[in-house]
Amino acid sequence: MINAERVVKKFGRVAAVDGVSFSIEPGSALALWGSNGAGKTTLIRSLLGVIRFRGKITVDGIDVRRRGKLARSRIGYVPQELAFHDDARLASSMAFFASLRRAEPGAASAALEKVGLAGHERKRVRDLSGGMKQRLALAIALLADPPIIVLDEPTSNLDAAGRGDVVETLRKLKASGKTLIFASHRPDEVISLGDRVLVLEKGRLVSDTSPAELWPTEKAVQTLRLDLGGADEEAAAEILRGAGHAVHLNGRGLCVSVSRERRGVPLSVLASRSIEVRNFEILDDVRREADGSGPKQALTAHGSVR
Amino acid sequence: MTTLTIEAGAPRGAACLSPPGAIARIARREFRDAAASRWFLLYTIGFAVLAIGVSFMSLAGSGSHGLAGFGRTAAGMLNLVMLVVPLMALTAGAGAIAGERERGTLLYILAQPVSRTEVILGKYLGLGLALCCSVWLGFGLSAGVVAWRAGGADVDAFLLLVLFTCALALAMLSVGVLISVMSRRVGIATGLGLFVWIALVFLSDLGLMAGTLIFKLRVQEVFAIGVANPLQAFKMSVIVAMNASLDVLGPVGVYASRQFGGSLAWILSGVLGAWIVTPLAAAIVLFSRRAPA
Repeated sequence: MINAERVVKKFGRVAAVDGVSFSIEPGSALALWGSNGAGKTTLIRSLLGVIRFRGKITVDGIDVRRRGKLARSRIGYVPQELAFHDDARLASSMAFFASLRRAEPGAASAALEKVGLAGHERKRVRDLSGGMKQRLALAIALLADPPIIVLDEPTSNLDAAGRGDVVETLRKLKASGKTLIFASHRPDEVISLGDRVLVLEKGRLVSDTSPAELWPTEKAVQTLRLDLGGADEEAAAEILRGAGHAVHLNGRGLCVSVSRERRGVPLSVLASRSIEVRNFEILDDVRREADGSGPKQALTAHGSVR
Repeated sequence: MTTLTIEAGAPRGAACLSPPGAIARIARREFRDAAASRWFLLYTIGFAVLAIGVSFMSLAGSGSHGLAGFGRTAAGMLNLVMLVVPLMALTAGAGAIAGERERGTLLYILAQPVSRTEVILGKYLGLGLALCCSVWLGFGLSAGVVAWRAGGADVDAFLLLVLFTCALALAMLSVGVLISVMSRRVGIATGLGLFVWIALVFLSDLGLMAGTLIFKLRVQEVFAIGVANPLQAFKMSVIVAMNASLDVLGPVGVYASRQFGGSLAWILSGVLGAWIVTPLAAAIVLFSRRAPA
């Protein structure tokens, strides 16, 4: 359904996406996982054909560089944060996008109904909460019933309850046969929704795997943020990857996802290579969030290893 | 969000709009947004009030009502149009793309099944129609005053002024849209638009006078440089269209009349047409190459 071959996008001399290739089968869900600046958003914008890039991306055999308009008619897009005219009312916004997407009459009302925004048609966009805006973006994406839904960190601005709603919605979309591509740096979302995970780091595809391979244990998976006190984080990341850990750099430290029983392992691996972990922070409890069996607020703990 | 129900089934996909269809839909929304905005309201009211004022003054100056009321009013409104309409069009155009880019809405629109050319043409046509409506309203009220006080004599000159004013508005809108495509921030785009307005309205005349004195330009060179300014092309077009003598413009006007005769009107219309098409074409090319965010 979607094929990407050696996609490269540079901003000046910096490669935001560097030779990424992948393909997606219809009805599957692909997660783009990585830290801020990993290239997830740039890859999504390339897929939509809204930025120029090198390489080739096809959607249903349609080259997005040459026939971007046609390719986009098969894609519903949900941005990280709905950017829309604040003064516009929901009804007029939906009507405009429905007309652009050649949606059938009544599709706008049906889409609002689907996402639980029926009855809010007279409200202005500026009066919506963050979660409602996200639902509006989803409603617009569902207009004209596109087979592919692309989401750029759809839950990053939402609270725990809002996140749960969106993830549940996406599960239902996937069950209905939609192909999903979503960017996330939340392992719980990737585990809940993704059939496959593309792990991106600094624009490069470092792993094309499944959530089960990335987080092999069925028991609780936690993300630790390691403070290496100025040591070479990239070298440390390579060492941890070599030891089979899921790692990403987020600009504020090195994050490694690990099962609860093996929290000490990455620290030992680094210690064996003479890299001192000065401090660490437990960011969240991935499995418990994904399963809904635990508290949805991120748990935070601190510790240190010397 | 508990009401979600999604039916299973083969996705049907979607077709996309034809280019004219997409342009028309974007233009309609742009027109509605412009008509609902404060700038449109302020400019329209301002232009209408000034137009009515000029009408009364022109009629009072004629000494007796009913004597060539529309012709005198058209002549009186020429300078008002040259001052106000470019300002309206340049600032409207400057916000067209830069505003969307700054708000982050441009990327979202481009992520829909529309091409960049359709987006920019739709926005241009919507804003152009809004500007023309503003101009028509001002001229319409002015025409009402003149018709009430002086009858319908010389209405042709007035209608030609309206026509050329719309052409001037579209030309300045093209320049504004080009500035907007080149700017990341709406504040910068508006600032550049104001600078272009000052340059065209005030500085170009001063520059031409200074250049003529310093470089001892020949009359044909002064004419060529002067007519390259869309405001001067507009002014000469209106004077020619009113069947008035270009002698009022001095030696350059005399030269233009003698040199080009009946083809002068076409040359001037061509210059205005070029100012509509060229900046817009440049904006389309640049827009297709620039990142949306």
